[in-house]
Amino acid sequence: MVAAAAVGAAFFALPVAALAWRAPWGSLWADLTAPAARTALRLSLECSLWATALAVALGLPLAWVLARVPFPGRRLVRALVLVPLVLPPVVGGVALLLAFGRHGVAGRLLDQWFSVTLPFTTAGAVLAEAFVAMPFFVLTAEAAFVTSDRRYEEAARTLGARRSAVFRRVTVPLARPALLAGVVLAWARALGEFGATITFAGNSPGRTTTVPLQVYLLLESGGLGPVVALSLILLAVAVAVLVLLRDRWIGAL
Amino acid sequence: MRRLLAAGAAALLAAAGTACGGSRSAGGSTGGPLVVFAAASLTEPFQALARTFQSQHPGVGVRFNFAASSALARSLREGADADVLATADEATMATAVAAGDARGPVVFVRNRPAILVAPGNPEHLAGLADLARPGVVLALCAPEVPCGALAAAAFRSAGVTPAPATLEPDVKAVVAKVVLGEADAGVVYRSDVRAAGAKASGVDVDAPGVENAYPIAVATAARHRAAARQWVDLVLSAAGRRALVAAGFQ
Repeated sequence: MVAAAAVGAAFFALPVAALAWRAPWGSLWADLTAPAARTALRLSLECSLWATALAVALGLPLAWVLARVPFPGRRLVRALVLVPLVLPPVVGGVALLLAFGRHGVAGRLLDQWFSVTLPFTTAGAVLAEAFVAMPFFVLTAEAAFVTSDRRYEEAARTLGARRSAVFRRVTVPLARPALLAGVVLAWARALGEFGATITFAGNSPGRTTTVPLQVYLLLESGGLGPVVALSLILLAVAVAVLVLLRDRWIGAL
Repeated sequence: MRRLLAAGAAALLAAAGTACGGSRSAGGSTGGPLVVFAAASLTEPFQALARTFQSQHPGVGVRFNFAASSALARSLREGADADVLATADEATMATAVAAGDARGPVVFVRNRPAILVAPGNPEHLAGLADLARPGVVLALCAPEVPCGALAAAAFRSAGVTPAPATLEPDVKAVVAKVVLGEADAGVVYRSDVRAAGAKASGVDVDAPGVENAYPIAVATAARHRAAARQWVDLVLSAAGRRALVAAGFQ
């Protein structure tokens, strides 16, 4: 059993180790501070933080309703929330184009009413990242709301607190550790997003070229050093997040 | 139990190894398909030529790997099993030859840039200069891939500085952005305009001498050397020429 587990662990560890082994440690700093890399890193940070904010703003009410309010079709909505998790991100990008593109169902109205077009803009990149990252937050938050003790909320209500006050001052604080875990997971997923972003938001340096897109394009031009340097950053973030949160997240599910 | 599972895991790994190497060992020097690595823009004419090839050489299958030229050269470098390499520009082929992965490249066709627009050209875009007009959403290939380098050369020769909304990773992604209506125009190959059919219209680019030369070569490590030679001969033949011209190549 231990030997089989070792094979399994090696399957994950080997690619990670290979990346670290091929890293151009000597030129790492220069690779990471090159103008294109700096721009991509800054944009990745901005987009992923906005995407996380959007995922929380839209996901928190959704998670609460899914956990607390029985309604017909709840199973269907629960399944829908999972779709971005299992959909190939490129397909998600195409779906976003058909919905929010210039000729999309909702995108057409955005264009006509507000002259807003999302593809090829930073806002588009944020939207694509939020689409893919939101399930991580909703799942975690919903599980927290389902398992938290309702008696505290009932006590607050009997003491005269309004529903909104109960939500802000009892429900959310009780679920805070799980909510934070969901935020961090969603953020990590947004940071690594590639397929939906390049399909929906295109690739425009300074506007939508986040680190994963930059890595892909650098691979085309053949320079392995900068590719590995930027990949290491994403890898370090992913490993840090998962080491901190794995047990909590699996527990919440 | 422990030993049994370990043995099982080892057997699984060994099976995976032979499964992946299956085509390699079973292919040998006689059987197995001819493996052709070709630039994505060659998809339509090469598939048509495969039917001709199979009628001329019954029993020899043809398997394609269509991808960006740079990706093909990279996987060949990493030991991919290929008999023929056909790239969308000479620079990429030169890197494969310099690395010792392919030998004796011959230019077999040329492809010129063209502007892809919505069907019927509603924005009345007449040439490269119009693509720099404010309000025109322009999609180009990234400069790292051959179609992006070609577009940059075309704009240089026309003395136009474009402001692209997006730099797509390959030419088919540019086509998709125009066909979906997200971009008003894209610079692609003339063969892509032909392949897009009724879903888009094409506008010729007046940039004399701006074209990509497509070289083809037999891979150094080819396992089906004779069949690879025959494939190259077919591509260079009159029938090959016809298939390529029908697809919009020069």
